Amino acid sequence: MTKKHFALKFLREETLPTAFCPGCGSGIVMNCFLKALEELGFHDLSGFAFVSGIGCAAWCVSPYFKADSLHTTHGRPIAFASGLKLARPELNVVVISGDGDIVGIGGNHLIHAARRNMDLLVICINNFNYGMTGGQVGPTTFHGVKTTTTPYGNPEYPFDLARLVDSAGANFVARWTTVHVRPLINSIKKALKKGGFRFIEVISQCPTSFGRRIGKHTGKDLMIWFREKSIHISKIQDDREVNDKIIVGEFVNRDKPGFVRRLHEITLKLREKYDEN
Amino acid sequence: MSEGKHGEILSGVHFWQGDVACAEGAIAAGCRFFAGYPITPASEIAEHMAKRLPKVGGVCIQMEDEIASISAVIGASWGGLKAMTATSGPGFSLMQENIGYACMTETPCVIVDVQRVGPSTGQATKAAQGDVMQARWGTHGDHEVIVLSPNSPQEMFDLTIKAFNLSEIYRVPVIVLADEIVGHMWEKVYVPPPEEIVIQNRRKPSHFSEPVFGGISDVEVPPMPQIGNGFNLLITGSTHNEYGYRKTVDPEVHRKLVIRIVNKIRKNANKIIDVEVQNMEDADIGVISYGCTSRSVYDAVILAEEKGIKVGHIRLRTIWPFPEKIVRELAKRVDFILVPEMNLGQLVYEVERVVGCEAHVKAISKIGGGEMITPEEILSEIRKLLER
Repeated sequence: MTKKHFALKFLREETLPTAFCPGCGSGIVMNCFLKALEELGFHDLSGFAFVSGIGCAAWCVSPYFKADSLHTTHGRPIAFASGLKLARPELNVVVISGDGDIVGIGGNHLIHAARRNMDLLVICINNFNYGMTGGQVGPTTFHGVKTTTTPYGNPEYPFDLARLVDSAGANFVARWTTVHVRPLINSIKKALKKGGFRFIEVISQCPTSFGRRIGKHTGKDLMIWFREKSIHISKIQDDREVNDKIIVGEFVNRDKPGFVRRLHEITLKLREKYDEN
Repeated sequence: MSEGKHGEILSGVHFWQGDVACAEGAIAAGCRFFAGYPITPASEIAEHMAKRLPKVGGVCIQMEDEIASISAVIGASWGGLKAMTATSGPGFSLMQENIGYACMTETPCVIVDVQRVGPSTGQATKAAQGDVMQARWGTHGDHEVIVLSPNSPQEMFDLTIKAFNLSEIYRVPVIVLADEIVGHMWEKVYVPPPEEIVIQNRRKPSHFSEPVFGGISDVEVPPMPQIGNGFNLLITGSTHNEYGYRKTVDPEVHRKLVIRIVNKIRKNANKIIDVEVQNMEDADIGVISYGCTSRSVYDAVILAEEKGIKVGHIRLRTIWPFPEKIVRELAKRVDFILVPEMNLGQLVYEVERVVGCEAHVKAISKIGGGEMITPEEILSEIRKLLER
């Protein structure tokens, strides 16, 4: 008898195979996330709630994860997740969605949730473009790249997501690519054990809508390119030295109390005051 | 204001502002989550919730904008809490996409819109009734919502409770369409003892495999579990089957879902509709009003009576679904129906549609500066019509 893949116990088998394009990186992110849970000793997703927005990456959790999932409007998963976390603080609320969703249309929610240190784990699958709608320019697309809405080259510059969320005040920020499977799993494990706002950016390949625009026609081409382009944060002194590299690694690991704990402390004080009276 | 140690329902007589009465109504209804963003003339609701909710075991959070506020409310509702947000026209516009999400996912929630003068920033501190159609059709696609219209601080309390009850029964967003006058007015508010307040709660599924998005007749409302209780819920704003699986190309699944979420309101309209009727039997002329404007109509009815004119008055506590049968009944009895509103004509079109050729319908419109339509202005229109 062949052994079942470890991840199947976390998935709705009847929904497989996934709808992702050949070569897409989303499956690798799903695999890494579930591997992290496996290594942490989880047997199912019962203590978790997953929230995603609109776009390819949002499909990782809905419908494939055998768990509660809230597939929200475009850009809003972090705001939905904030309400859910405050209503059910005992749940491990995880957002998995794309860069267009979380940083483009939903960028305001991202920085404010980081500032609040809201107790959420957000995994942003960054494929540098709006893949589902046909490869339009996004807030993460490199300068100069031709996309369907920048046919003469992108005049804008991309966000540095990890630095953005770090400066907004998140408790934990890491960036890896789909090539960095082991370190990504380790960061997810580390993030799952912490409170507050935790953000993991995963650079992922989209050969269908993005890769071919930059001469990388397959998922493999893109992954080789990620490996060449990546540099670990420990190997650099100054971001300016590495202008066209992808800096990977763990950017920050703070231990500020999360929003839920601070709110709980305020409520406790209020109760004590009541009881004294 | 007196606050008991566990003062969840502040039974007694109070002198409250409408916005405060609304917040207290929400708490009395069991609301334990509020997310909002400051906006005149609704900010007092958020301020009161911020003060009160932590004392009754609830959570109040000021979000980064109105989109985030309604998003958090929907998230909290699926987390099992009764949840509310409050805003005014500009914020209400921002919320529309997610109000549609709440319709599509059948998420109970209450949205208070304390109307002010629009469009755009308009006159932020002044009353208007310009959001009647936005409340009905603000989000895209076929849908039904319930819209209630309070005309006093007492009704800000009562109708907010009713809004929660209806949203729980029908799994639908309910809009409390207040206005600056009612929101900022101070009046006596009676809060009944807890045992006299009727509270409705969403129906829970009886077993794990019971479908939560259909699988029932098109007038019924499916049960609603909460996230985190082992149901493995698939909740999506995309067209979905009764178990929540996305079906984004199947025409039949879409028809079945959308017709049901529309019919569960339309076919239960008689149970939802709530109007106040004056002098229907022997009316010479009809007036249909709602919100703050209805207060002037009460006076106009008295002034007209002094002149020997009987005014049949229908005051809508429920604007949507629209009370078609009751309005048609009035149209059969009178030749003229007046519709005073603080806009350039919104509800009047619905009245015209329903009345058809049965009666002549005329709008009384007034906008700007928050100036109410006065009883004298209404009386003057009544006399003009009757002298024709």
